[in-house]
Amino acid sequence: MSETTQQTGRLIGEPGGGPGPQSSTIGILRGWLGIFARQREATILVVTVVLLLYFGIHDTTSFVSQANAINLFSELAAPIIIIAIGEVMLLICGEIDLSAGFIYCFAPFIMFYLNVYYGVPALLAIILALLSGLVVGFVNGFITVTLGVPSFITTLGTGFILAGLALTLSHAEPKDIPPATVTIGNYLGTDGWAQFIWAVILVAIFHVVLTRTRWGLYTVSTGGNQLGAREAGINVGRIKYGNFMITGVLSALVGLQVAFYTNTIDPLAGQYLPMFYSVTAAVIGGTAMLGGSGTILGAFLGAIALATLIDGFDIEGINANSVQIVFGAAILIAMVANVQLARVRERGRIR
Amino acid sequence: MTAQSQEPGMTEPGGDVLRAEHIAKRFGAVTALVDVNLRLARGEVLGLLGDNGAGKSTLIKIICGFQQPDSGRLVVNGQEVVLKSVDQARALGIDVVYQDLALINQLTVYHNMFLKRERIRWPLLNNRSMRDAARRYLDEMGINIPSVEVPVASLSGGQRQAIAVARSVYSNAKILLLDEPLAAMGAKEAAIILDLVRDLKQRGDVSVIMIAHNYGQVLEICDRVNLLQHGQITLDKPAKDTSVQELNDIVVAEYRRAMEQRQRSA
Ligand SMILES: Nc1ncnc2c1ncn2[C@@H]1O[C@H](COP(=O)(O)OP(=O)(O)O)[C@@H](O)[C@H]1O
Ligand SMILES: [Mg+2]
Repeated sequence: MSETTQQTGRLIGEPGGGPGPQSSTIGILRGWLGIFARQREATILVVTVVLLLYFGIHDTTSFVSQANAINLFSELAAPIIIIAIGEVMLLICGEIDLSAGFIYCFAPFIMFYLNVYYGVPALLAIILALLSGLVVGFVNGFITVTLGVPSFITTLGTGFILAGLALTLSHAEPKDIPPATVTIGNYLGTDGWAQFIWAVILVAIFHVVLTRTRWGLYTVSTGGNQLGAREAGINVGRIKYGNFMITGVLSALVGLQVAFYTNTIDPLAGQYLPMFYSVTAAVIGGTAMLGGSGTILGAFLGAIALATLIDGFDIEGINANSVQIVFGAAILIAMVANVQLARVRERGRIR
Repeated sequence: MTAQSQEPGMTEPGGDVLRAEHIAKRFGAVTALVDVNLRLARGEVLGLLGDNGAGKSTLIKIICGFQQPDSGRLVVNGQEVVLKSVDQARALGIDVVYQDLALINQLTVYHNMFLKRERIRWPLLNNRSMRDAARRYLDEMGINIPSVEVPVASLSGGQRQAIAVARSVYSNAKILLLDEPLAAMGAKEAAIILDLVRDLKQRGDVSVIMIAHNYGQVLEICDRVNLLQHGQITLDKPAKDTSVQELNDIVVAEYRRAMEQRQRSA
């Protein structure tokens, strides 16, 4: 029984692998190999690199340029990445947030009305707009955890409410970015690489949170074995509340960034698409819909792969409709691969 | 009902680390516990016996703070306590191995062993320290697993059970609740766990309640046995004053009575 377990064991080792008694060079080497051996991230890494190379070689002049890089990484990938961070945390603990794209739509209006109508200083208005995401996350947590409604339904409902609120508040009219907020807006999203830099920083932070802190351990426990986690004394409700709130804030952040980047506050921004892209990125990056496992790095790579497809097809002039066919196929292939790999591992475990 | 039990209140109170008094618990239409009185002396190993569905696990979950009784009280070290959570019970030195083990399949062996007791080098987990300690504990216990870095999903039933037991034993609990810790174990693994309980008994300051179905093993290791039937403790005897035969007879007689009753009402 012990020989077969050895192979599966390497899959979950932490990044950077613990060298223990070996020398540090071997430790570092093992760490790198460890990252690669975690199949699900390795697969999506290869896929992403291949996609980038393909379009890089095929459409060298238009694809390999500063402007297109900003478009791909900052405008297309970053919003997916940042929301995906939240969705990964939620999916791991056994929940999902369908309202993310509506928080994204709603939050910039909070900033706008607070600053323009109530004279709240720009920085405070932005912070309160972010906090509005936190509040929506809390409400999602309350309805899901405390009232016991499945999060799929909860967030469907709160999403509709937010969409309606944004439309009613704005009388379905786009608003201009308040001049006072423009300086801060530069740091958030207007400036070329700003969105992607935020995305990378947040990925780094939440990768550490997920793999190296109690919060991450309890998030995995909650989704992996909810009853067992409760028996062990983990407050699974708190974990879920927290991850809903994290997703809320991240979605609000993306909403603000996109508003600054596009230089308008659009009552039809966001909607379902950013959430779907993020969940797709999470899933093709190796996060299980059933809870208990997932990686932020995988979702990061998954989002870049998606953005590369969107961008590359756009450059090649393939129309948007056929892009959807590719997305659908990508999701299915990723899912089939995940399930089949899990089966192979399972088989390897049988004594 | 053959109520041979001594009234728990009648023993000298100073020696008991734990008393459960008049504990009742229902789940909707199911009455799991009617009126349970149980005591546990310092350094004692108490065997808790009873049919499947008798309410043994429910009683354990009440003592470890996971579930709350409908009525009755718990007295720990002479003080009445109301346990609202597992953490509260843990703070009083009560730890448990659940029947379902409460292991997280996706986490490594060492993360499971330190779940809710993580070693932290703020703000991060001190994985190295937990890994080394877990390896040492399992070595000390003579439990053989390929590596503490594998997810527990990849282990056998007996190995998983051993890890759940190791986790509780090394928590420094003073009152240890073991809900069928031998269920999935082969002869060798069972011997390891039984030896472990014996070691704890030698130390004298750890008290154990152990649920098991093998009367031979129970009588071999326990100082005293309690039998739970119909939501009550119906037998409370020192292990040396009873036998596998007697315990079998009681349980079989109980089964016969139930069958007759069923036939009569049919
Ligand atoms: N959470 C629960 N919800 C509903 N019924 C339960 C629950 N836990 C236990 N029961 C019922 O209580 C009774 C006692 O169960 P349990 O304590 O697990 O028995 P034992 O451990 O002695 O086999 C059983 O009839 C069981 O179905
Ligand atoms: Mg039981």
